[in-house]
Amino acid sequence: MSEVLVLVEHVDGEVKKATFELLSAARRLGEPAAVVVGAVGTASKVKDALARYGATKVYVAESDDAVNYLVTPKVDALATLAGRVSPAAVLISASLEGKEVAGRVAVRIDSGLLVDVVDVERSGDDVVGTQSIFGGGFVVKSKVSTGTPVITVRPGAVEAEAAEAVATEETVELPAVDPARATRITSREPAVAGDRPELTEASVVVSGGRGVGSAENFAVVERLADALGGAVGASRAAVDSGYYPHQFQVGQTGKTVSPQLYIALGISGAIQHRAGMQTAKTIVAVNKDAEAPIFEIADFGVVGDLFQVAPQLTEEVTKRRG
Amino acid sequence: MNIVVLVKLVPDTYSERKLSDTDHTLDRDSADAVLDEINERAVEEALQLKEAHGGEVTALCVGPDRAVDAVRKALQMGADKAVHVSDAALHGSDVITTAKVLAKAVGTIDGVDLVIAGNEASDGRAGAVPAILAELLGLPQLTHANKVTVEGDTITVERATDDGVLHLQATLPALVSVSEKINEPRYPSFKGIMAAKKKPITTLTVADLGLDPAGVGLSGAWTAVLEAAPKPPRTAGERVEDNGDGGTKIAEYLVGQKLI
Ligand SMILES: Cc1cc2nc3c(=O)[nH]c(=O)nc-3n(C[C@H](O)[C@H](O)[C@H](O)COP(=O)(O)OP(=O)(O)OC[C@H]3O[C@@H](n4cnc5c(N)ncnc54)[C@H](O)[C@@H]3O)c2cc1C
Repeated sequence: MSEVLVLVEHVDGEVKKATFELLSAARRLGEPAAVVVGAVGTASKVKDALARYGATKVYVAESDDAVNYLVTPKVDALATLAGRVSPAAVLISASLEGKEVAGRVAVRIDSGLLVDVVDVERSGDDVVGTQSIFGGGFVVKSKVSTGTPVITVRPGAVEAEAAEAVATEETVELPAVDPARATRITSREPAVAGDRPELTEASVVVSGGRGVGSAENFAVVERLADALGGAVGASRAAVDSGYYPHQFQVGQTGKTVSPQLYIALGISGAIQHRAGMQTAKTIVAVNKDAEAPIFEIADFGVVGDLFQVAPQLTEEVTKRRG
Repeated sequence: MNIVVLVKLVPDTYSERKLSDTDHTLDRDSADAVLDEINERAVEEALQLKEAHGGEVTALCVGPDRAVDAVRKALQMGADKAVHVSDAALHGSDVITTAKVLAKAVGTIDGVDLVIAGNEASDGRAGAVPAILAELLGLPQLTHANKVTVEGDTITVERATDDGVLHLQATLPALVSVSEKINEPRYPSFKGIMAAKKKPITTLTVADLGLDPAGVGLSGAWTAVLEAAPKPPRTAGERVEDNGDGGTKIAEYLVGQKLI
């Protein structure tokens, strides 16, 4: 069976959940081979976790340059491996950086690219990707017709399933950096990691809109999110009004989320907002306007004041969780 | 400093978007089109850099004839000239082909120091065109910029991502993509609108760029759509009025769905 290359996303020696999802998807297509690009010593920290999700091989590209240059070290590692092992596919998370890496790998190895798929499967000799486009309005199945399929997978769309494997390690040499073509990372200001799960990875997202009314009032949204162990999101109107920071915006010009549960508080449900949350498994909405379009897509809706309903729900959830 | 700024017409998201029944490409006629918001920010950044360092701003657009509106808007804002690649053969181009055509078109402009793009077009959501273009042009990529500074031939950028802020540095010529937060685009002034009428727009075809028309567009795409279907719209589920028990009702629903 051919190998399927999976680019590992890791922070401080921890593998991101999206990588486990990729490994799970890779198992349907061939033998998952994880590719770790990072500082010296990274692979030894993440290898066991990768094997737990089915990686039978861990390719290791470790050096100072791997950390000090943007995007290209990852492209170099994947392109080198693609030439060496002729994989069945290359899977990369559809994160901001993942999309960039994938696009560059595809042109470098003269292959077709499928972006932001929500599912992949094998069909005969083909790898077929499913995309949900226009905010979930269309479902498209595509395949790559030239070269090795390079595919970015939307975080949260494929379920991560553990499958114990034994992983062997293999080193990959990165080519020397060409300073005229490379971008150096001179310093980093890591985001202060809060206690909440990352928005695109969370299985529960509670979002607030203009109806929340102020930055202080967003505490109502946060309390419900915390009771459910979820992430907090916001509509663009809430972000533009200064209630919540931009990185939490859900929608066409914000994040796309696919959680098990999405709760919209005081959000009208404009098409641009729906574009970012329509693929959630279950949608619950609270809005005082019975005509709000969010109710058209909500599995359960309450017409009422979010300041009454949300705290009561928070209390109920806390009670049930004991 | 000579700057090329990429502009592109996209369907207005206020209108319903559709895929054409015949070949599964975006039915761009079914929606009103506007200059992508993010591209206006790219134009604004180019103009600010020109104002600080001198030089010339060229707006570059790959798109159908009516995309000329996007080009004109960029000229009204203050770009000096424009290149518009328009060719029926481009219909159905995928992201990689689009980037290849853009790379060739950038090559027709002399002495380019900086290429500026928006960071994600709202129609394809690929988010990868700037990075692919950097790969093809052999330029350093400084993408998702919140802030751009040029000193001599050194460019520094603040890249904002979920993992925090990265400070990036590279040598010109280089490629930048700008984020939503970078600036507030100016409105074209009356003078700008009048001046734009006299600014040159060079229209090129795929053959003018030395590309084979059969290698671009739908026939040249390296991906093939097997099937496309409108998703059955999500249907509204249960809806209740809050009579003081709305929160409890949701909790009961979530328990029923095994979500809590
Ligand atoms: C190019 C473009 C891109 C865009 N991208 C995005 C995007 O990425 N994400 C996004 O969200 N939007 C985006 N928008 C904006 C979008 O069109 C809407 O304007 C926005 O989503 C509205 O946010 P909202 O629902 O919070 O506000 P509103 O539409 O003002 O809705 C507020 C809702 O709160 C309800 N409400 C008020 N008080 C209460 C209360 N006490 N209890 C319960 N309900 C209450 C009201 O009934 C109302 O329905 C974009 C627009 C454009 C043009």
